[in-house]
Amino acid sequence: MNRTIQPAPVRKSVVVQAPPHRAFEVFTARLGEWWPRSHHIGKSEPETFIIEPRAGGRWFERGVDGVECDVGHVLAWEPPHRLLLAWQLSADFKYVRELITEVELRFTPEGTRATRVDLEHRHLERYGELAEKVREQVGAPGGWAAILEQFARAAAQ
Amino acid sequence: MANASTQLAALADPTRREVFERLRVGEASVGELSRGLPVTRPAVSQHLRVLKEAGLVTDRAQGTRRVYRIDPHGLAAIRTWLDQFWEGALEAYAREVERSANQTDDPEGESHE
Repeated sequence: MNRTIQPAPVRKSVVVQAPPHRAFEVFTARLGEWWPRSHHIGKSEPETFIIEPRAGGRWFERGVDGVECDVGHVLAWEPPHRLLLAWQLSADFKYVRELITEVELRFTPEGTRATRVDLEHRHLERYGELAEKVREQVGAPGGWAAILEQFARAAAQ
Repeated sequence: MANASTQLAALADPTRREVFERLRVGEASVGELSRGLPVTRPAVSQHLRVLKEAGLVTDRAQGTRRVYRIDPHGLAAIRTWLDQFWEGALEAYAREVERSANQTDDPEGESHE
């Protein structure tokens, strides 16, 4: 199929009251303090969320049961100005190794005490490519819908 | 396909967002969606109609009932959902920056490095 869908990246900005190196540190080293707990990957409640501080490092959730579930990994570690993460969660919040969307964070000083944090979550068209691949592999109709239906069945068991 | 601002407007209502979130894990009928929500079934139907018009959900007949799901062809749906997700995450992040700065007595908020 030659259909090309290029959804625009998700872009968000926030100004935080700290210099870039602290803004970077809170985003990474203190991830577990602020990451929304309403969305977790593991079966148990999350104990914490971790980004390993290096390129190639893991980005994962650790449940209270000790089980670790990957969110993605670190593509570029450039404190205090830039962080590039691979977000590898499918639409139903499951880790999919073949799915790599990018989340880029830029930390820019704003005045002497504040930092503007610009987030861009891009390559969302890969969700469509993944759906296409799954459809080819399992021969299921509907792509994305099939993935969601599989999840719904698993959740209902 | 409805545009992103229509979709964000559709998700501005917290109950409607809750309905959309529930569909993220699989399809459901109006009755199933109404359970546990502090609104009537007709209200849930109305929310679903708005979500459908925004291109976020689709419906189909299943026997005698109608079930709803997130639009399977809509990359727009995942995009909209991620948009909402990061909105909330960055708000929480900004709060944590403030909170952790207040924890230290250092007026620069730089206790180490």
